[in-house]
Amino acid sequence: MSERVVAAIDQGTTSTRCLLFNPAGRMVAVAQREHRQYYPRSGWVEHDAEEIWRNVTRIVPAALRSAGLGPENIVALGIANQRETTVIWDRHTGTPLARAITWQDTRSEGVVARLVEDGRADLVTQLCGLPPATYFAGPRLRWLLDHVPGARAGADAGDVLFGTMESWLVWWLTGGPDGGRHITDVTNASRTMLMDLRSREWAPPLLDALAVPARMLPEIRSNAEVYGTCTTVLPGVPVAGALGDQHAALVGQACFAAGEAKCTYGTGAFLLMNTGPRIARTTHGLLPTVGYVLGDEVRYALEGSIAVTGSLVQWFRDALGMISTAAQIETLAASVPDNGGCYIVPAFSGLYAPRWHPEARGVMVGLTSYITRGHLARAVLEATGWQTREVVDAMNADSGLPVTRLKVDGGMTANHLLMQFVADVLDVPVERPLGSEAVSLGAAYAAGLAVGYWSDLEVLRGNWHRAAAWEPAMDPEGRRRERENWSRAVDRSYGWAPPPAPE
Amino acid sequence: MVEHGVLGYGSMPGTIQSIERAAAMLRLLGSAGRPLALAEIAAPLDLPRPTAHGILRTLREVGFVEQDRDTARYTLAVALRRLGSEWDRHDLRSRAMNWADSLAGSSGQEVLLGMPAGAVVELVHHVFRPDGSPQRLRTGEQLPLHATAVGKCLLALAPIAVPRPHELDLQRYTGRTMVAVGTLTEHLAAVRHRGWAAELGEHRTGVGAIAAPLRTGGGLVVGALGVEGPVEELFNGGGTPHPRLVEQLLNAAREISAGLGATR
Repeated sequence: MSERVVAAIDQGTTSTRCLLFNPAGRMVAVAQREHRQYYPRSGWVEHDAEEIWRNVTRIVPAALRSAGLGPENIVALGIANQRETTVIWDRHTGTPLARAITWQDTRSEGVVARLVEDGRADLVTQLCGLPPATYFAGPRLRWLLDHVPGARAGADAGDVLFGTMESWLVWWLTGGPDGGRHITDVTNASRTMLMDLRSREWAPPLLDALAVPARMLPEIRSNAEVYGTCTTVLPGVPVAGALGDQHAALVGQACFAAGEAKCTYGTGAFLLMNTGPRIARTTHGLLPTVGYVLGDEVRYALEGSIAVTGSLVQWFRDALGMISTAAQIETLAASVPDNGGCYIVPAFSGLYAPRWHPEARGVMVGLTSYITRGHLARAVLEATGWQTREVVDAMNADSGLPVTRLKVDGGMTANHLLMQFVADVLDVPVERPLGSEAVSLGAAYAAGLAVGYWSDLEVLRGNWHRAAAWEPAMDPEGRRRERENWSRAVDRSYGWAPPPAPE
Repeated sequence: MVEHGVLGYGSMPGTIQSIERAAAMLRLLGSAGRPLALAEIAAPLDLPRPTAHGILRTLREVGFVEQDRDTARYTLAVALRRLGSEWDRHDLRSRAMNWADSLAGSSGQEVLLGMPAGAVVELVHHVFRPDGSPQRLRTGEQLPLHATAVGKCLLALAPIAVPRPHELDLQRYTGRTMVAVGTLTEHLAAVRHRGWAAELGEHRTGVGAIAAPLRTGGGLVVGALGVEGPVEELFNGGGTPHPRLVEQLLNAAREISAGLGATR
């Protein structure tokens, strides 16, 4: 067979998937495997990196089988991954020294509190653009070096390597202990709190601040270049693209012009706006980050992360038992005309952008005997809408590039009531592209660009097709009133959890 | 006093024994709260293992019982909980979304997903024609059963869920709308035989569609998947839809149905 496709691996929080894409950017096959979530203590969330690698070795052949293709049909492999999830491993055996600490894990709060107490917060933010927070990989790496037996000595001796999930997978794909390439890409590196956002190199003052030995770090590379050749799984195929999942979605959604923004609605929601070749300064709690580096085109982005969106629906389903599937929340919400005065602020692990209140916790307000399950379902969905609005407001203020339409993707775009509400509260059209696999598509695009499968970004832009659009239909007075109510609800979530002790 | 079995069901005259036994098994599995091995099912029901195994295999085939591949133990199937409750339209949409997108991509046309809603068909999902033209989301729109492909598909293949042709108000929309009960009934027989429906400008002049059923476990039709577009793009001069388009539609409908628990 002469069919030529690009393979993408999407290494996500709950599962790892392999998708194959044709030149039109259409998916021709998919295979998926979930991995186990470990919750050893409150606030701790771990993954077994070896299980994830094993899953990759199974899903890639499975995707090929379902498309009736072999490795010879694959022109390149790209990787998108859950960001900030941190693993350290022995370079001689490939064995991790501990389970990977995931991005939701808050155990590094002591490390972060220490940085702040030592007066290093400004230094950190000036260099890497990020405020010190448990969210990023660097503090997690420091925690591992301090707590895992042999980690610090091994790292100093050059025997222990650090990586986020794309580093781990590229290393194994290109040979593992036998000459595997130890690299990371610039978008994942920009989420470690260890990279200088301007030079896009590791920043020695930040390595000092977190006492991280430079020799354990991977080399920072662009998002689209041949990092190495697979020695296993897809023997002979170049590994030619890697991006953090949200950056991959920015590319997959073809947000190539400054001011273009996308929001991926999954467990959490991540809104990224392309700010062009310059780093946008933020005074509204957003994160300046690398958008992507494709060839010599460097694009920065502003990111607003919302911790709890889809996971609130899961909580509503699993913990409260209000619905039996996530999709049924739309049915329940549609059974009432409005929220009945009820608001839910899902600050389950504090509030992320733009408010950044780690001590906030969830609240449900406006309860009266009138409130039914339907109103609660509405309040659950509206929480996602209002959090999106807050991030967009911050983005408009910081970037000077007002969001005039929002491209959306991810599982929650199946919920039309929610998408309409997002359009209503943003007062801009919301658009879903055909094929909501923006993350995987972005990884495939990067790899395909690197090997010339796609010639340029214009071709990719031509692959973007609108599958649905929601136009704003809320009256301005209603929007103003509801917004005020939401804000009052958020005020009530502040100051609940006690402050952490510095470590 | 009749001697009752462990579950209170003795054999009654005039009943079918294997169905009684199957019912007893379902109750046993439902009350166990954990997966049961064959021996644990056969013993309390006083059945020889081969008999119990035969019944369990049948229950598994019809989708009422699931068997764990590793432990070979049996549990009640999720599908059983759906009995007596209709499919949630948003569950259907979320299961159909990827294949509906893929169908819009390969056909270059609008894709519709309809479910019966009284005397009309309601669109529960809609994918734009992927050509960048301005379009409006049609989710929630209600369409006449007798004048659309999704509607005729449901009339022919989901007769319990919709009114019968003579109960419908056969309103005329275009010169091609079927407004006579006899014509429509005959047409629906052909749809039933073929397994998919077509419409050539019967609702809006110049706009045509083809539609195929979405089936759940046991073959029950819960909705219809349609491709809609200009008649001249969907059909050849003789009024037959392009075979490739039909194949793409049937493939998407089959894949969605497989995800809903239909056996292939």
